[in-house]
This record gives sequence, structure tokens and C-alpha cells, in this order.
Amino acid sequence: MTELAVRLRGRRRFVRPTWRQPLALTGVAIACLWIVIAVFAPLIAPHDPLAQTFTPAQPPSLSHLFGTDELGRDVFSRVVYGARISPPIALLLVGLAAIIGGVLGGVAGYFRGVVDGALMRVVDLFFAFPAIILAMVVAAVLGRGLRNAALAIVVVAWPSYARVVRGLVLSVGDSEFVQSARLLGAPARRALFRDVLPNVAGPVFVLATLDLANAILLLSGLSFLGLGAQPPQAEWGSMVATGTQYFQWWWMGTFPGLAIFSVVLAFNFLGDSLRDVFDPQTAWRSEETEP
Amino acid sequence: MTTAPTAISVAPGRGRRRLRPSGSFFRFLLRRLLAFVLLGIGITLVVFILTQLVPSNASATNLGEQAAGDPAAVAAFQHHYGLDKPLPVRYAIYLGHLVRGDLGQSSLTHDSVRHDLAQFIPATAELALYSIVFASFVGVAIGVLAAMRRNRPADHALRVVSLAGISMPTFWIALVALYVGFYRLGWFPGAERLDPGSSPPPHVTGLYSIDALLDGDWSLSLEAIHHLVLPALVLAAFNVSLLARYTRSAVLEVAGNDYVRAARAKGMPERVVVVRHVLRAALPSVVTVLGLVFANVLTGAVLVEKIFSWPGIGQYAYQAAVNLDVPAIAGVSLFVAFVYITVNFVVDVLYGVIDPRIRIT
Amino acid sequence: MSLLEVEGLRVRLPTARGLTTVVDGVDYRVERGEVFGVAGESGSGKTMSMLALLGLLPEGAAVEGSVLFGGRDLLRLARSRLREVSGRDIGMVFQDPLTSLHPMLSVGRQLTEHVRLHLGLDRRAAQRRATELLEEVRLPDPESAVRAYPHQFSGGMRQRIAIAIALACRPKLLIADEPTTALDVTVQAGILRLLDRLRRENDLSVVLITHDLGVMSSIADRVSIFYAGRVVESGPREAVLRQPRHPYTRALLDALPHPEGPPEQRLVAIAGAPPSPGSIPPGCAFHPRCPYAVETCRRDVPPLLAVNGRALACPVDPFTVP
Repeated sequence: MTELAVRLRGRRRFVRPTWRQPLALTGVAIACLWIVIAVFAPLIAPHDPLAQTFTPAQPPSLSHLFGTDELGRDVFSRVVYGARISPPIALLLVGLAAIIGGVLGGVAGYFRGVVDGALMRVVDLFFAFPAIILAMVVAAVLGRGLRNAALAIVVVAWPSYARVVRGLVLSVGDSEFVQSARLLGAPARRALFRDVLPNVAGPVFVLATLDLANAILLLSGLSFLGLGAQPPQAEWGSMVATGTQYFQWWWMGTFPGLAIFSVVLAFNFLGDSLRDVFDPQTAWRSEETEP
Repeated sequence: MTTAPTAISVAPGRGRRRLRPSGSFFRFLLRRLLAFVLLGIGITLVVFILTQLVPSNASATNLGEQAAGDPAAVAAFQHHYGLDKPLPVRYAIYLGHLVRGDLGQSSLTHDSVRHDLAQFIPATAELALYSIVFASFVGVAIGVLAAMRRNRPADHALRVVSLAGISMPTFWIALVALYVGFYRLGWFPGAERLDPGSSPPPHVTGLYSIDALLDGDWSLSLEAIHHLVLPALVLAAFNVSLLARYTRSAVLEVAGNDYVRAARAKGMPERVVVVRHVLRAALPSVVTVLGLVFANVLTGAVLVEKIFSWPGIGQYAYQAAVNLDVPAIAGVSLFVAFVYITVNFVVDVLYGVIDPRIRIT
Repeated sequence: MSLLEVEGLRVRLPTARGLTTVVDGVDYRVERGEVFGVAGESGSGKTMSMLALLGLLPEGAAVEGSVLFGGRDLLRLARSRLREVSGRDIGMVFQDPLTSLHPMLSVGRQLTEHVRLHLGLDRRAAQRRATELLEEVRLPDPESAVRAYPHQFSGGMRQRIAIAIALACRPKLLIADEPTTALDVTVQAGILRLLDRLRRENDLSVVLITHDLGVMSSIADRVSIFYAGRVVESGPREAVLRQPRHPYTRALLDALPHPEGPPEQRLVAIAGAPPSPGSIPPGCAFHPRCPYAVETCRRDVPPLLAVNGRALACPVDPFTVP
């Protein structure tokens, strides 16, 4: 059996800065591309995404790059406009979940005791339900529509942040320099901002980036099921759903799916590279060893 | 939402601890069991609250139009079903029903929810079984491989591929699989668990591939497997990538440790070092991820079952949610949640079995 | 013939900037039954030179020179032959017992797996052997200890277990890499006494790697001082530590605080810092920090010359009265 490479537990490791990692760069590039597409959608899309024509189900051609759907709408334009729907909403909801979860987790970690215990029980309860079940039920309770689907996902997403931030606040609070700061009489608020927040920001940011990827998947998944975006909205997930109905016209579902894939991939690339910064031991890059 | 595994804090330190007798395992088990029970009760509460929130007019649905307009009839109905009692009492009644195994009646199928569940669960179970087994073997193998070829081209390639694997929407993979495997190549069927003419084997487990084998009907078993291939593979796609990544980082984190080097210094052959020292130390992290894997399978099942017309729990849950079938929603949520926390409980206990340090927490 | 003869050992490790020399032509020998101390700061190459013996260097490392053990050159041995030597004829104790013991294998398992491999004992015999070994290292309640796990013991006891593991097959040579560094001072003495006793009882040679001269002075018979991947001085312990001849050795000893000295006496530090492996100065590696350096020190690498049972790599030799 091939021998595993034995790595030294060297303290000094050579980290290539994030901006030189090919993976992170690719992720940023793709993300920027989509931002441009979303912002300049009216200029990029050749047709009105909602305009039906009399040429339904056309395969890709020069006039319709991605073909037309069952109602004769230009798939390319719909994909372009779709960039204005799922990604920004996902961004918003992840931000919301991060804030809610982060604050609650921070409170739990800071005050500890009963507050902490109670909150963690609640978090455990939320974790007991697989994401889509919870999201489906909440969306059903609130009613269909993109906004409600987004809310449902916030409900599903915040516990992760609560747990992470709580863990971080607890460990930082235990750390010696915070304790000595307290001993020296530094006000609690100062300790919070100076010592706790910087340590918390990093991992939360990594989590948020990766969570964004999952949020987009979940949001388009809910739309796919019909619980999110409603027709005739040009949302990628619901477009794939229609594409599944008429799967012999492969272009209808493939391209929106590709769009989702590329955006999610971009965020996963980014998040993965960011995680390397915080956890060098398992990172994918060469290191310098120390004797 | 990235359902994070429970953070395990290990803090042995340079303590002055004396030798502790074992038997702490039972205490550990007990603690986990208690948490499990508490969680279970919490789940019933959450589900109960959800049922109260769903905006459905039970009386209207059950009484029919004419009777629903008659206030006396509505009042009688509500009194009969205890709908006019205060909330905590209703919860108690609900719990009482649960304990007796009564999950109510589906407003859609008009069968008891329990009957419905019994009907739909095996389909999903069969799908999940094949999918998880496949994903586990392939994913772990890839992860170990990537760890062994660390930083070489194969490793980098695997990293990109695994990232791609968790970026592809399950419903899209299903669509592509359906199009290529069924429509274009015609290798696999595109829907249902069996061919249109076939009837299911005598019921033992509900898993057609196994029941057919037990019945001695090889061709039926193969037919069932034939139908399973596409949906199971689609479901597995995400998890293979997930497991590959987790296994890789788990193995790497461990492989650099001193005790691995110490094992080599003792002259142990490489095979023993990898299996007994490295893999065992990496196992806890991999086992932890099994909970995540399971959650993904459940999530993916909802999407996959819709596309492949697979008569499983995912489909049932979807229909229930869309039609606001309260008892069904409650029943499915309860079932799924309980299965999930059971899986996590087993994972937790396994963790304690593998890593003796955990038994202290 | 010496038990261990190292000649011209050179180790280069792969880094982001290519292969870097961490051990640069090292010679020493270890006799039977003696404690050989290897002293030097972090980064001096002392650990690497030991890892090279047992083939424990990271992948991609380049090794040159010869290491004769019992007449065989360990560096030229096939992997399978080297594995026979590792653990059976040479035992190794690592610095941090917290991380060098497997957290999920019982103490007994870790004690017996290589014993069964090398000596072919069956399970029961190996178990008995494990209990005996734990008794030898004075671990309380060996019978239950065998079934316990490392995290249930304190640091000092864990190190005793690690020593027991290293000595399980009755090797002729024990390499102890900073065995006391991770332990409290009060526990250190116990470990050192243990090593000394085991050495005497088993006709064992010990290579004791440490950066702590105090540790070395308590049990070493001969010592060698490493600096920047080279041996700068070696010889009998008393001689080297009482009358150091190399400026670096002298500076190290001067830096030790003296409890009997006057209270106003300031701590002496060596100016500058040890060079990192990638940037070793030309000529004598110590010359930038050496108050006695002359022109030749900047140009030529001083060879290690043996004189009167001692060896010195300093042509200037400022302290010897002619």
C-alpha cells in the first residue's frame, strides 16, 4: 500500500495569500460575472423574459441562444433575468440568518448558564428537522411565493450560525487574554468588540459563504417544487421544474440548472479557499516544513 | 442549514487526573439517551405547534359545505374532536394519541396517516439504503485516495470534482440523468419502482429488491434494482462528494499526528499503521458526517422522488405540504424528525465507542 | 566497535523553495551502555538527524552519509529490513506524550502490538510482558493501566508509558527526543532517574536530545552540541560543560542563570538569533554572533577535529590556554 505522506507538525506554514489561489480567483470571477449579468440584465438579454412568441420549444439557435420554452419565451433571456432573483434573495436571507443566529449565539455564549442552555435546546430542536422538510412545512404554512420561501430558509439557516458563534464566544471568553482583560477592569463591551468580534467574524464569514451556496440550492429547490417562485417568474429552479416536465426538450431545464450550478460552484470555491486560511492543516497547497 | 455536527470539545490537558475506572461508558450512554428523549418530546411539541399554525379549516374540510354553514354542526364537530379546548389540553390529547400510535387521518387520502406512512416509507428506505451504501464506499475510498496523494495533481483534481459534486442541484442532476440515461440511451427506466406490467413481491420488508430475493424471484429483484439505479445514483452524487471531502480532511488531520509517526517508529508495517492507527483516528469525523449524509438523503429524496415518480415519503410529504393536509404534514414531520434524531443518537454513541475520550463529555 | 556510528549525515527537506539543508554533515558515535546527549536549540537539526536514522523523515527528503548500527548502514537498508530494526533494536520516545500515544488504543494494545510483531509472542504472553513493562517504569496499578487509555493518565505517567513502549522489545538503543520538555519540572527529575536506571539495568544506550543543558548535565556521559545543522563540539560531559571550548557552547552556558550568583547579576543572552535552515551564513554558521570571529570564520566551514577524546569545530579555539 502506498505510504501516506508524513507531515511534520511544523508551526510555521507557508500560506499563499488568498488572492493567489486559483480556486478562489475562479470563484470570485464567476461571482463577478453573475453580478454584472444581474445588474445589466436588460442590456444583455435580447428578449423580454416574459414575452411569449409563437415559436415554442425551439432548440438553441442563433436568435435564441438557449432555445425557447413551452410558451415560446427565450430561455437565454430568462436565465439572464433569473440572476436577479435567486442569488440576491439568497444573499439577503443568509445575511439575515447570520445576524439573527449570530446575535442569539453570541448572547448565549456571553451570558452562559440558563440562557445558553435554553437556546441550545432550541437550536437542537431545529437541527432535528432536515432542512427541506422544515422549509416545506413553513412555506406551506406561510403560503407559496418567493418571499415566503426565503423566510422559510431563514428559519432553517439561523441555527448553524447560533451554534458556531456561541462556540466561538465561549472559547474566546475562556481565553486567557479576555480573562485578564476582565481582571484589569476593562468594560465588558470593550472586551466584546476588541477581542470577541474579530475572532468570530472570520469563521462566520466562511460559514456564510458556504451557506450561500446551500441557500441558493434550497431556494431553487423550493421553487422547483412549486413552493417558491411562481410562474411566470423567470426563476431558475422553477425553470428546471418545467424542463423536467418536457425533458425531451433538454435545453429548457439544462441551462437554468447550469446557471444554478455555476453560481453555487463559485461560492463553494470561495468558501473552500477561505476555509483553508483558517484551517491550514488540511489545506490544499504546498507548505514549508520546519526542522 | 449546513447541519453542523455537534461540536465535540476534547480537553484532556496536562491534568493531574488519576486513573479513572471504565464504566463511564454507561454514564455516557445514559446521558445521550436522556438528551434523545428530551429532544423527542420537544419535537412533538414543535410539530403540534405547527399543526395549530397551518391555516386550514378542519371543520370545513371534514364536514362538507352544507354542514359547515350550520353553526350547531360546526360546534358539535369541534366539541367532538376537542377543538374547542385550551391549547395545553389539546397538546396532552395529541400526545395521548401519539403514544397509542394514532397519527390521525390524512385529509387527502382519507386513510390513517400511519397506514400511509407504512405504505410510502419502504420505497424511500430502499432508495436511501442503496444510495447511502454506494456513497459511503465510494466517497470514503476517494477521500482516502486524495489524502494519500496529497497535493499531487490527483488530489487537486479530486478537490475540484468534489466541490462540483456538492454544487450541482440534485433536481438538475436528476434531470440530466433522466434525459441521458432514460431518454437518450434508454438504459434505465425513468419512473416508478417496477415495470408497468409487474406486480410487487410478497411483502416482507417492503424493499422490493430484497423481498423479491426472499421470494426466490431473481428477475423481479433485478428489475427493482434496475429501477433503483438512476434515482439512487442521483441521490448519491452529493453525498459521495461530501464524504470524500470529510474523509480526506479527517485522514489528513490524523496522518500528521505524532502517534502515527510513533507507530512507524515501532516498526509497524504500513498497512497496520493506516488501518489501525490512521483510519481509526479519522473514523470519528467520518462517522459524524453520517448524520449529515442522512439529512441530505432525506432532502434529496423529496426532489428525486418527484422527478422519478417514486412513491416514497418525499412525494407524500410534498403532497401533504402543498395540499395543507395537516395530519399528514404532522405525521411525516414527526416520523422524519424522529428517524433523524435516532440516526444522530446512534452516531453519537458510535463516536463514544470509537473514541474513549468523548465519554467524559 | 561503537554501537552507533554516524558519518557525514546530511538531510535536506523539501520546502516551497526547493530542498533545504537541515542537517549538514554530522558525525558522532554512541558507545554501548552510555547516555549520549545531543544539545541544541530548535532548528539546529538535532531531531531531524535522529528521524533520519529510522526513516521517519517526511516524503521527499534527501539523505546522504552513513549510519552504522550493529555493522549495518541503516540508510542503505530496504524498508522491510529497517522496520525490523525500528522498535526492536532501536526504540524512540517522542517529546509530547499527549500526542505520541494513540488516543483510541488502549495502553496495553500500544505496548504489545510491536512486541507481538517483532518477538512473536502470543496474546497472553504479550499481556504479561505489558504489565511487567509498566511495573518497570514504576506505573501504579499496572493491571488496570493496561486496559486504560492514555487520556486517563497525567503527563508524567504518559511519558513513562511511552518509555515502556519504546523499551518493550529490549532494544540496544533508545532515542529520547526531548522526553522531559513537555513535563513539569518536578516530574522531569523522575523521568531522568528512570532513564538512568533503565540504562544501567538493561545495558541500554540512550541518545538524549534536549535543548536544556541542565537536563543533559544530570545523566549524560558524553555530549555533542548542535548548531545550525552541524556539530560544533562534543566530548565527555564534565569536560564540555565545565570547560567549553566552542564560543557557542560557552555562550549557552553563560546564559544559564546561576542561583548562587549575586542578585544584581544580569542574565546574559546571546546576541542575534539562530539562523533558519534556508539562510545559514557562509563559513562558520555561528560567526555573525561570535565575539571571537576572524576573517577565516566568514569563509571556511570549520571541520570537526578530534583532540584528546574531545571534538571541536572552531579553528580559533579562544578559551584553550596553550
